[in-house]
Amino acid sequence: MLIFSVFKTLTDQQVVVELKNDLSITGTLKSVDQFLNIRLDNIKVLDEARHPHMMAVKNCFIRGSVVRYVQLPAEHVDTQLLEDATRRETTTQIKR
Amino acid sequence: MDSLIPFTTSGALMDCVDRKMLVILRDGRKLHGVLRSYDQFANLVLEDTVERIYHGNAFAESWYGLYLIRGENVVLIGEIDLDQEDDVPLKQVDYNVLEPYHKEDVEDKKHREEAKSQVLFEEKGFSKEGGEGDGY
Repeated sequence: MLIFSVFKTLTDQQVVVELKNDLSITGTLKSVDQFLNIRLDNIKVLDEARHPHMMAVKNCFIRGSVVRYVQLPAEHVDTQLLEDATRRETTTQIKR
Repeated sequence: MDSLIPFTTSGALMDCVDRKMLVILRDGRKLHGVLRSYDQFANLVLEDTVERIYHGNAFAESWYGLYLIRGENVVLIGEIDLDQEDDVPLKQVDYNVLEPYHKEDVEDKKHREEAKSQVLFEEKGFSKEGGEGDGY
């Protein structure tokens, strides 16, 4: 749930999504859901020559299960806050 | 209300219904069709579906018709910009002409991927991808 929240705070930021089929897409993060499916707008495919089928695609929806990495804009992620939140989440889980 | 819509699967796909979409499947197939329905697992219904194959600067289409795609096989759903589509510098050729080239490309890619995952697993200490439950 924590990572879902992190992604929610990153909406309207530029991210790069690397898929397990080695496709890398950069675009504006428009939405994310509980499965970490990602909606990107105004996309640009890295190495477009190798992926000619993506030339006419403007916006896309990526299934969370096929994402390998997401490159986040470092200036919009407070890692200290994230660390604290992670600790808090694990301690509340242990208490339960 | 509008602020609640984006953070669900249905919110993300809502404005794609009745539009021409590109669906990429895990086996690498590219399907073009009109999105008619979907659910929270990204199960999709495509109407007037065609499979497109590519090689070099050519593509070819094969008619599939009405298709229901199980969500686990979906990699990406792309909204096709109809204006941009006209500017794509690819030419359409007959499916039978392109198919042998495409098959060769697929075989090449398969061999490359196998070699790569072997190096990553045996020499670089990576775990194997695509196992049961990995989802790809």
